[in-house]
Amino acid sequence: MNRRWPVFLLKNLVRMTLLVICISIVTFGLMKASPVDPLQANVGQAALGSMSQEQREKLEEYWGVNTSPVEQYLSWAGDFIRGDMGTSLLYRQPVTRVIAVKLSNSLFLMVMAWILSGILGFALGALAGMNQGRLVDKCIKGYCLVISSTPAFWLALLLLMVFAVWLGWFPIGLSVPIGVEASGVTLADRIYHAVLPALTLSITGISNIALHTREKMIEVMGSDYILFARMRGEKGLRLLRRYALRGVLLPAVTLHFASISEIFGGSVLVEQVFSYPGLGQAAVAAGLGSDMPLLMAITIVSALFVFGGNLAANILYGVIDPRIRRGGTAE
Amino acid sequence: MKMGNRRIRVLAGLGFSLTFLAVVCIWGSLSTETARVTDFSRVNIPPCLRYPFGTDWLGRDMLARTLKGLSMSIWIGILSAAVSAAVALVLGITSATMGKAADSVISFLIDLIMGVPHILLLILISVALGKGLRGVIIGVSLTHWPSLARLIRAEVIQLRESPYIQIARRLGKGRWYIAGKHMLPHLIPQFIVGLVLLFPHAILHESSVTFLGFGLSTEQPAIGIVLSEAMKYLVTGKWWLALFPGLLLVFTVVMFYVMGESLRKLLDPNSVHQ
Repeated sequence: MNRRWPVFLLKNLVRMTLLVICISIVTFGLMKASPVDPLQANVGQAALGSMSQEQREKLEEYWGVNTSPVEQYLSWAGDFIRGDMGTSLLYRQPVTRVIAVKLSNSLFLMVMAWILSGILGFALGALAGMNQGRLVDKCIKGYCLVISSTPAFWLALLLLMVFAVWLGWFPIGLSVPIGVEASGVTLADRIYHAVLPALTLSITGISNIALHTREKMIEVMGSDYILFARMRGEKGLRLLRRYALRGVLLPAVTLHFASISEIFGGSVLVEQVFSYPGLGQAAVAAGLGSDMPLLMAITIVSALFVFGGNLAANILYGVIDPRIRRGGTAE
Repeated sequence: MKMGNRRIRVLAGLGFSLTFLAVVCIWGSLSTETARVTDFSRVNIPPCLRYPFGTDWLGRDMLARTLKGLSMSIWIGILSAAVSAAVALVLGITSATMGKAADSVISFLIDLIMGVPHILLLILISVALGKGLRGVIIGVSLTHWPSLARLIRAEVIQLRESPYIQIARRLGKGRWYIAGKHMLPHLIPQFIVGLVLLFPHAILHESSVTFLGFGLSTEQPAIGIVLSEAMKYLVTGKWWLALFPGLLLVFTVVMFYVMGESLRKLLDPNSVHQ
């Protein structure tokens, strides 16, 4: 294959690593700038008040409060890379374990929503694009406009109100039934509890991809080769599958990979409304409770996901589209 | 069915959205006092003629609270959109005209900010500034520029190759002269549209962050707080507490979109003749 391909990959990886490092520095700086007193947050105000000056100084020394920020950062980053992300103040557990549990909950939700919104969004966008200017197109466009103006948390509230409170079809919150042991929770239970949050996330995720696909579709439909195919009598699904699909699918897939950040952000809000114990809810709890180690770790984990998505998008572009592969990264 | 030509309809849309937003803003600012009044003789009234949005568990008029919250959100939106747009314009032009080094630094910065999910970034900034109104405003205004900056950068890069810029360069004009005299006027329409289209994002993010409990106290009824309070009373069947404020919020954001789109149609020379 092409000699540029590995270079392209390597460049992307290096850039990603640099970005993650920078994000960790910025995050650390922000946490450092926070007016929350580290001693007080760790020990608690009452305990701190009853301590003698000497004990305090010892504690300060133990935690390295007086070392320079750079040293603090280096020691934190070093531990972080070795897998020791510190101890969460809220959960009184190693951050690694908290994140592992929350992330598995969240991933379940986000993957479901991601796939669903991708498929639906693409279908709607393609439909609208092929019928540009007709009623279907107008409806889909209107839907997208309204949805992109709707805050995810309000949509979650509405769904919760209708389906959980009025109709009672779905549980009001949490990811597992209350009062059941962890071993007794079945996959069906988990899916049942994730339906509403995942639905909310998908509904909000659709508009972006649908609008994008629509634009591309209109562009493709105006091209010469489609005109030619139409002249030969191709239409409907056949026209879509044989002619238009390839040109539209690629940008849609890459966009969807690049939109992981938005699903992540949406999940923060949705999890909060449904009290779904995922990463987003943990982030809010950590923010409100000044749980710095947990908040920093969540930031970096989510950044890794976002960059992973971007990287996947870039690679996909290269794999699928021969023009980009050949053109290399010179542009 | 169609009333007037397209230009008139676009202008009507623009006028309507502007009026609506102005009314919300002014009415909201005027109802600061009514929004605070608690009256236990009128607790939990469902929507009726006198209280179109109903009242809450403290007997506060939800219509006044919603309007007050929305007007605050709009102000925060205006402020942050202005700051973000200014940052985006400067960075976008710098990155496209000041050579490769500046470009890669700014691109890196854009990627950096876009790398963290937006809500999470707002939470981080809010925590760093000690959670409060200030944290929310600063957070929202400092984080909305990357997408617009990217747009402007792409536009300037395209512009840079156009003949009239090339000629100006051959004539020996300086970089700043070209950027200010030749590129800026070309960018202004796009810039204004981008600015208006920043509002919806800013407002949605502001309401989201306050909904999560960062920033504004319950004394200042921002729309996010009104809704997060409503959430606590949702299970008891007080649906109007969440429904109407949310609807009005959605409508406000839609109005901003309409405004942006109308402006785009009016300013973009490609669509003038349609």
